[in-house]
Amino acid sequence: MRLRYFAWLRERTGRAEETVELPGEVRTVADLVAWLTARGPEFAHAFENAAAVRAAVDRVHAAPDTPLDGVSEVAFFPPMTGG
Amino acid sequence: MGGAAPSPAIDVRVTDAPLDTDAASPAGDAGAAVVFTGICRSENGRLRGLELETYPEMARDEIVRIAAQAAARWPLTGVRVAHRHGRIGAGETIVVVEVSSRHREAAFDGARFLMDWLKTSAPFWKREILADGSRGEWIAASEADEEAARRWQPPDSG
Repeated sequence: MRLRYFAWLRERTGRAEETVELPGEVRTVADLVAWLTARGPEFAHAFENAAAVRAAVDRVHAAPDTPLDGVSEVAFFPPMTGG
Repeated sequence: MGGAAPSPAIDVRVTDAPLDTDAASPAGDAGAAVVFTGICRSENGRLRGLELETYPEMARDEIVRIAAQAAARWPLTGVRVAHRHGRIGAGETIVVVEVSSRHREAAFDGARFLMDWLKTSAPFWKREILADGSRGEWIAASEADEEAARRWQPPDSG
């Protein structure tokens, strides 16, 4: 699965994108955040405030309980400031 | 009387080039066109501009989704959005939204809806460029913008 990081999520994790193999128990966006948080201090710091992190699954806005079956890309980012 | 109206023309462009700020180019049998222009502020000289990061593979599709929602909700003849990303200087245009319809009420409401949703839902993230050219802070999303988008949703019933 391809993961993308934007704005200060990119800065804190130290990467704009990566490809990962996920264990079977990671089934939702929330599961993925928990798995990422456990990877290291830079991830824990990136995801420490859940309210400040949003996600998109295959380029569509997602919720914590959005399932990851068959998904190819998940992006993490702060609340958007478009317009 | 008459058949169904033709589908509204939806024109969405995402670019890092400067935007034209032309006069309205209304679509279809329009009697009204509302054009909104979003401009990069200098914050009274504190900023040289803004840098807008984008999720390019999502940006255009998300704006098209928002435009389609507006066209489903109001009798619009056209929706045109041009959104810029990259480095934008103070005084330059960040976004142009043009909504056309037969009558003005739908055009005003549609344009407001579009802007309220673009602010919170379109994948762009703004960062300050300070007067000396150095990078400032990431701009945080505002609660006021989140509220503005929420008010377009029907109230929860029950």
